[in-house]
Amino acid sequence: MKHFSRMPALLAALFLLAGTASAQNVLIRHATVHTAGVRGTLKNADVLVRGGIIRAVGAGLALPSGIAVVEANGRPLTPGLFGGLSDIGLEEVSAEDSTIDSGLAFGSNSQPAQMRPEFDVTLAYNPDSVLIPVARLDGLTFTALSANSGQGGSLIAGQGSVVRLDGKYAAPLGGHLLYTAIGSAADPLGGKSRAGQYMLLDQALREARGRTPYGSPNALLTPAGRETLARYLAGGHVLFNVDRAVDIHQVLAFARRNKLHPIIVGGAEAWKVASELAAANVPVIIDALQNLPDSYDRLGSRLDNAALLHRAGVRVAFTQFEFASTNARKVRQEAGNAVANGLPWESGLAGLTSVPAAALGVGDKVGRIDVGLIGDLVLWDGDPLEVTTLAEQVWMSGKAMPMTSRQTELRDRYLAPPTAMPRAYSGN
Amino acid sequence: MLKPLLAGFLLALTTSASATLPDPYPSTYRPIPSNPVLIRDTTILTGTGERLDDVDLLIVDGKISAIGKAIVAPEHATIVDGKGHWVTPGIIDVHSHLGVYASPGVNANQDGNELTNPVTPNVWAEHSIWPQDPGFGTALAGGVTSMQILPGSGNLIGGRGVTVKNVYANTYQAMKFPGAPWGLKMACGENPKRVYGEKNQAPSTRMGNVAGYRAAFLEAQAYQRSWDKYNAGKDKDDDGKSKDDPPATDLRLETLVGVMKGDIRVHIHCYRADEMSTMLDLAKEFGFHIAAFHHGVEAYKIADRLAAEGVCGALWADWWGFKMESLDGIEENLALVDRPKNGCAIVHSDSPEGIQRLNQEAAKAMAHGARVGINMPPERAIRWLTANPAKALGIDAMTGTLEPGKMADVVVWNGTPFSVYAHADKVFIDGALLYDRDNPRLQPKSDFMLGQGVSP
Repeated sequence: MKHFSRMPALLAALFLLAGTASAQNVLIRHATVHTAGVRGTLKNADVLVRGGIIRAVGAGLALPSGIAVVEANGRPLTPGLFGGLSDIGLEEVSAEDSTIDSGLAFGSNSQPAQMRPEFDVTLAYNPDSVLIPVARLDGLTFTALSANSGQGGSLIAGQGSVVRLDGKYAAPLGGHLLYTAIGSAADPLGGKSRAGQYMLLDQALREARGRTPYGSPNALLTPAGRETLARYLAGGHVLFNVDRAVDIHQVLAFARRNKLHPIIVGGAEAWKVASELAAANVPVIIDALQNLPDSYDRLGSRLDNAALLHRAGVRVAFTQFEFASTNARKVRQEAGNAVANGLPWESGLAGLTSVPAAALGVGDKVGRIDVGLIGDLVLWDGDPLEVTTLAEQVWMSGKAMPMTSRQTELRDRYLAPPTAMPRAYSGN
Repeated sequence: MLKPLLAGFLLALTTSASATLPDPYPSTYRPIPSNPVLIRDTTILTGTGERLDDVDLLIVDGKISAIGKAIVAPEHATIVDGKGHWVTPGIIDVHSHLGVYASPGVNANQDGNELTNPVTPNVWAEHSIWPQDPGFGTALAGGVTSMQILPGSGNLIGGRGVTVKNVYANTYQAMKFPGAPWGLKMACGENPKRVYGEKNQAPSTRMGNVAGYRAAFLEAQAYQRSWDKYNAGKDKDDDGKSKDDPPATDLRLETLVGVMKGDIRVHIHCYRADEMSTMLDLAKEFGFHIAAFHHGVEAYKIADRLAAEGVCGALWADWWGFKMESLDGIEENLALVDRPKNGCAIVHSDSPEGIQRLNQEAAKAMAHGARVGINMPPERAIRWLTANPAKALGIDAMTGTLEPGKMADVVVWNGTPFSVYAHADKVFIDGALLYDRDNPRLQPKSDFMLGQGVSP
């Protein structure tokens, strides 16, 4: 992709629009529109958002009156990006327990808790988190809130959902997602053996099917938990955090037996079972920078995991694991690296947009630039997968979002030369 | 009269408590023999701040021999067509835990933090290095030719770090960078006070941290005095040796005395501007120099002072928020630390993933600098990965720039290194081609990876 030279004129034009920032109407003209959909990339195209919804996409759209117009000058326009599976809004400072709401821990280290699949982290989502503007500044407009299980948690961690990063209370989008895990990372939750993990999952599903009377010894689920799990037996997405090839194979078989709709998360060795994943039409959400044999579940980690999966016909999306919330923005770098290691560019962008949106059940609302979808858009100053590219403007529901965050406020405070007064008086 | 006195003086010098004693675990690294290499018609970022286009670079006997136009290839030279490629010094990571926190991250490989005492200057990271860490090979594919391997940050004074060449070997001694000084790892802030606070012992607060550093250096000063007194003793035997019993050698205090003498370089894990400033005062109190603050996410707040005092900031491009002391991280940190006169910004990794893409980390920081008007051309930014870490490690006379006479630690990239699409095509260490993206036989594999069934 051509790297566009930065144009201060455009930025100035955007600032002029500040007065209309609350409007949910915008016409972006002469962009290189990466639709992430069947229309592919449209050169010199316009996108019209009205009432927060994309109404038209194409060249030479008529200019309606009373709508803010942004001249893109050929720059790339993409759908708002997927921030991966994160705890944005559930975790303010990773190392501070008091700021974290993403996991239940009723049990002790040696005694896994009763399973509580009814646990729903979306209730704890804080749209005022400072992480949200940070993520959005890098073009991330939606993320899948994930339920975590650590010490004292349960193998079925609970539920989350997709949220849009617009800072509103009504952020959840689409249905609920159920999170569980297989492998050594989940050891404390499954009696220290992955076979124990399958045993517990199997037992929970039996209970959900009503095959176990209430109050049976060693029962895992509450009545609410049974109802919750039963819903996933009837549909809904179950995210299995699993890396080892044979475990992915087992998870696919387990899902088939139980008529679940699995999504593989992690999938470090997914390339080894790529054809099986493709045959089952199961998407995989990976960290594309995961190339080290850093555990015995991930000995087969490779930089071309995404490329190999894609070649076999598997849908691949990206997430960040190291700092999934604070540095969710690193997903863009992942996609670029996947492309640098053999994934077609369009599939790299799809892994940040249409693939995760569809996989998580919100593909009719976000993840593509198409008529009828929410007007979440990003205008970039260059190739959106390139690390030197920055987002020039993010729109959510057609509204130009402020391109500021706690980080830019800190930056601006310290960019200025010092004065006699402490910087606490800098006025920002 | 004069002669014996002088002899005694010399003897005193060589027997005093000193980190300059011969290394008991000396480097056995030898450059791998290589033919001359001529890289033709390429773009070179020298690491000295220069960019040269359409030039040749000649390597002879493991050293940079010449850079210029139309260099004549010596006999038996390997010719590399550099057209369209960029050539840089080998990347140097000032902060790695490869080998001491090796992959796979099983319990047996957790060798980086000696968490039995908050002050352990007696431990040396090199004694924990597992040379078969698969991470060395992946770092090499990212153009990393040297790195400092440090103890972790759980202790106030974590121990000695060691600088190595990124070559696979059966022993760490065969990786050890010849002539590189040791580093001393120290840590501010949350980690030591958390680790020991949870054990209900000191330190459990930041003030406890500082009391801990001071107590350790006061002890080292007393230790040095006891050696000075012994060496100055007038009651000598015929050979000029003191008849007094020498003080017992203390490995902990030997390291700290080495720091105060300037033989061992100080590398401090320190996030916050206020804590870095405390450490600068501590360094004055005990008469040592700090080579670099590592992880200084707030370094931008005191960039002028760091530059004025000749202290480097070893930084990430975008890590922040994972703990309170990292809350104020900004993406312009590197550019702002680089900005003052004599500013010394370094991109470091502290991560087996990050070390593979330090070029990309630098690229991110360049873009953010440019957005706020701090122009950062490639020839300047490359110093963050090469000359500046070399300076912090005290190996800048040997490597870190492409200048005649320097070690031929060289990376040939497929284009600009400051891109997500950049690949190190060829990596030379002391003139030997040790990684070639086009040749699987020149892509090293650790012993550990044999037989693991992980090839497609």
